[in-house]
Amino acid sequence: MDRFVFLTVDGLSRGAVYAAFALALVLIWRAARVVNFAQGAMAVAAAYVAYSVSAATGSYWLGFLVAIVAGLLLGALVDRVVMRHVDHASPLNPVIVALGLVLVLQAVLGMVYGNEFRPADVPFSRSALTVGGVAVLSPYDLFVFATIGVVVCALAWMFARTAVGLRMRAAAFAPEVSRLLGVNVGGMLTLGWALASGVGALAAMLVIPTELGLHPHAMDLVFVSAFTAAVVGGLDSPLGAVVGGLVVGLLLSYVSGYAGSDLTPLAVLVLLLAVLLVRPGGLFAPVAARRV
Amino acid sequence: MSATRAALPPRQRAAETGDRPLDRGRRGSTLLRHLAVLLVVGLVLVAVSYAVEPFRNFQLATVAAYLCATAGLTVLTGLNGQLSLGHGALMATGAYTVALCQNAFADRGLTGGWLLALSLLAAVLGTVAVGAVVGVAAARLRGPYLAGVTLAVAVVVPALAVTFDGVFNGEQGLSVPVEPPPLALGAYFPYERWQLWLSGAATLLALLLVANLVRSRYGRTFRAVRDDEVAARLAGIHVARTQVLAFVVSAATAGLGGGLLAMLAQSVSPGAFSLTLSLFLLMAVVIGGLGRLAGALWGAVLLVALPDLTHSVTELLTLSPAVAQRLEGNLPLAIFGVTLIVVMIAAPGGVQGLLSRLGRGLLARWPARRS
Amino acid sequence: MHRTARRGLAIASTIALLVTAAGCSGDDGPTSGGGSVPGVTDTEIVVGTHMPLTGPASAGYSKIAPATKAYFDYVNANGGVHGRKITYKIMDDGYNPANTQQVVRQLVLQDKVFAVLNGLGTPTHTGVLDFLKSNRVPDLFVASGSRSWDQPDKYPGTFGFNPDYTIEGKILANYAKTNLAGRKVCFLGQDDDFGRDSLAGVEKVLGAGAVAVKQTYVTSNTNVAPQIGAFKAAGCQVVMLATVPGFTALSIGTAARLGFKPQWLVSNVGADHPTLAKQLGAAAPLLEGMVGTNYLPMQNDTANPWIQLFTKINKEHNGDAPFDGNTVYGMSVGYLFVQVLLAAGKDLTREKVLDAVQKGGFTGPGLAPLRFSADDHSGYGGQRLSKVSGGVQSYFGPTYETDEGDGPVTEYTAAPVAPPANGVPTVS
Repeated sequence: MDRFVFLTVDGLSRGAVYAAFALALVLIWRAARVVNFAQGAMAVAAAYVAYSVSAATGSYWLGFLVAIVAGLLLGALVDRVVMRHVDHASPLNPVIVALGLVLVLQAVLGMVYGNEFRPADVPFSRSALTVGGVAVLSPYDLFVFATIGVVVCALAWMFARTAVGLRMRAAAFAPEVSRLLGVNVGGMLTLGWALASGVGALAAMLVIPTELGLHPHAMDLVFVSAFTAAVVGGLDSPLGAVVGGLVVGLLLSYVSGYAGSDLTPLAVLVLLLAVLLVRPGGLFAPVAARRV
Repeated sequence: MSATRAALPPRQRAAETGDRPLDRGRRGSTLLRHLAVLLVVGLVLVAVSYAVEPFRNFQLATVAAYLCATAGLTVLTGLNGQLSLGHGALMATGAYTVALCQNAFADRGLTGGWLLALSLLAAVLGTVAVGAVVGVAAARLRGPYLAGVTLAVAVVVPALAVTFDGVFNGEQGLSVPVEPPPLALGAYFPYERWQLWLSGAATLLALLLVANLVRSRYGRTFRAVRDDEVAARLAGIHVARTQVLAFVVSAATAGLGGGLLAMLAQSVSPGAFSLTLSLFLLMAVVIGGLGRLAGALWGAVLLVALPDLTHSVTELLTLSPAVAQRLEGNLPLAIFGVTLIVVMIAAPGGVQGLLSRLGRGLLARWPARRS
Repeated sequence: MHRTARRGLAIASTIALLVTAAGCSGDDGPTSGGGSVPGVTDTEIVVGTHMPLTGPASAGYSKIAPATKAYFDYVNANGGVHGRKITYKIMDDGYNPANTQQVVRQLVLQDKVFAVLNGLGTPTHTGVLDFLKSNRVPDLFVASGSRSWDQPDKYPGTFGFNPDYTIEGKILANYAKTNLAGRKVCFLGQDDDFGRDSLAGVEKVLGAGAVAVKQTYVTSNTNVAPQIGAFKAAGCQVVMLATVPGFTALSIGTAARLGFKPQWLVSNVGADHPTLAKQLGAAAPLLEGMVGTNYLPMQNDTANPWIQLFTKINKEHNGDAPFDGNTVYGMSVGYLFVQVLLAAGKDLTREKVLDAVQKGGFTGPGLAPLRFSADDHSGYGGQRLSKVSGGVQSYFGPTYETDEGDGPVTEYTAAPVAPPANGVPTVS
């Protein structure tokens, strides 16, 4: 029983980060109908900027802030400089361009910072507090949960209650009509990219300290898990991303705890197939796809 | 917009549709013409194998092996509109099948050149089985959801080699015993030339079958499903069955390609078939040009030439050791990434699209000048 | 124009292009028919290697080959070996066996290297063993502790360098048996031949049932909390790690946050203190008391004459790159190779080099003996234990030697040798 509690808590704290990263993927998918394979590399780039700032100033929080700003800017930049000019007639083109971006970003980071692992600081202790003899949550885990909770709520509020959110949704779902109604569709698209990239950077700041450390490839594996989470939840659903992230996190923890860590990829595939064969659009697909 | 549609830029699609009425008139001779081309290419290949050095022979043999896989991916993604991030895993299936068969033959003391053909056939059949399973799941899924499942497949298959290390020998992989060239060719016949012959022959045969399939009724149903599923269904095409068939064909060629790679390397290991390979295969076919089988050739050339080019780039520069250590490996990747992005923005039809455009332009001007 | 014809033309033009490309670069240098040795002229010896310079596995390892090259540049600046300068061709394979196939063939068939030196990685190098054998290319000092390199009958041209993982396991287990008797011993290993061979060594010394909890990890899953949690739940007091540096740091960090503080015994592969400290950052004090093994001089031991020599070469020929265990490793490989070339004599051939290695008797920076002989192609046969204390990793106790079989773990007593005055070995 102790082990179950331990694995559950461990899985949830991982899952929270996958959720945030999956949320970033969902944001771009909703705004631009692109699966952004460069999400991981972009987030790592922002984390490296934070690393430089923290190293220069000695302040974690300044670095944290800078990472999010850098993420926002990088997202806008990628949209304006690259993605805007890609022919979206084939859905594959943006995917290939994103893969090209991954190569460029990782190579540039490797040139500037070297291919070594760098330590990533944490603002709170990662030592778990024990409740009744069972190590449960660390202050850092609580920080992760709180941060991601705030981000999810803020995004939900923005999309549901604010004019900007309404415009973004309109621009994504009916670009022509929105343009006629005076919505700056291009601007909304850039905003979508910026927001997603900012959330991605935040997730990277939260997850990298719990992994091997800062490295140009640090988010490769997280990307795979988060993409799985987004697909399980349904790429159109922010709620799905959060649930998918937690489910994937728990699954990985249980499987490596009870069965062996080499079986985790297989477990992920089984989960994906089980979910998608029942619901081909993910758990939280908004409307069943029109079948003729 | 449905993600499965419009895997091609509209212009190219129009060009292909335009070709179709012409096709019908020449259909009777399709097989013969393909055979003629096959013969010519085969002869050229033999001549080339004598003209170039062993290393180039090996590189060409590797191009041939990758060409099997990229051709299959072109059929699946370019002609049928299904996205696969898992073709590296299908290649691994073929490669491990060849390794297990060849080892089983060697253990039983069986020798003979025909055994390799048997192993390659087993590789194709094994991959067809795996491809059919994935294909049935894939036929229900669209766009990013299909990408997600195939991505998971790409991660799982190499991992299985580690999980069942009793059979697959984990990260270290298996060695693949392959017979030396037959003595009839002479005692000092270069091994790399022999490899090119084997690999080239298998690939040309596979391409012949695929090219005929593409020009047949099945090829047209593939394209019809890609262009408009609803219309295809109204025309009486069984969409799911067509999609599974495309996946199976594509898996068969990928399996053959993987088997050939195993034969060339004389070893298989999971590291050679990672997710990176699957992503690079996709990049290769898109850069090559998705609409045509010729694009697959450019893609395969790119896959082999890339590591070679990347090394040459850094060798050109003379740098201080400290700078060189940072740039080595990274600079070529950055250059490749930038090229990838620029090509996709400037020429979304890929290399083959660009060449076709150039060729059309030249042809249009040529008669004009003569008249 | 017909599509088929166009396609045929496209294919033909591609082949033509490739042929021209091949023709341009194909300078038919000295062919092996005329009695000349590939890669050797009166003024030059060309050797090559494959290393991960990019990709996730490149951390740390990417520094080895440049260090070896720096040592060769130093030797070249001092007149070379028998009047020949050593050219070292470093090829990046990104730790991908498919790339290794390509780059090694390029080295052998295209660049016509004399030998392949210090190719890195078990999965990568395993794939080219047969190719190197059939081309009779000496395959010297493979950078991995796998036992595959020691197969003189099957691969007569292949030699190892690192002590194999079983030896390492035995020496660490011997420490646990003698100094930590009665404690509960547990084991975490990588899920491949590294972890398996190491565990086999541990169980040879401690006995088959003596390891209380055995766990494995895969590099594609960076969460080791389930494994560490199992150790804690079982009350392990000693945890042996057969882990790469990233996972050593991860395991120690994870244990700390679970409030679990066992005695760590770490394989040489993942015990380099500067690498671990850098990765743990502020948490580096957790490494205090960690016991590791090594067989080359400690990079922080500035009183050691080898370290002084290598530091000097690093400054002069390696752009003063950060000096760590990988630098020492790379230069030690270079030193051994120069010793071998000298022993092979002025009329250099591939056979003479193999004979020279098999003759053995090389002494250099290594603390443990090199075991090369006609029927032993494994590298170093022992290790010395190190401990982190006050943030400094240093050796303690004697150097141990053993074999990968059931032989005992014994002390190795030969005194360490000093480097030659000018840092270049001479013919012995």
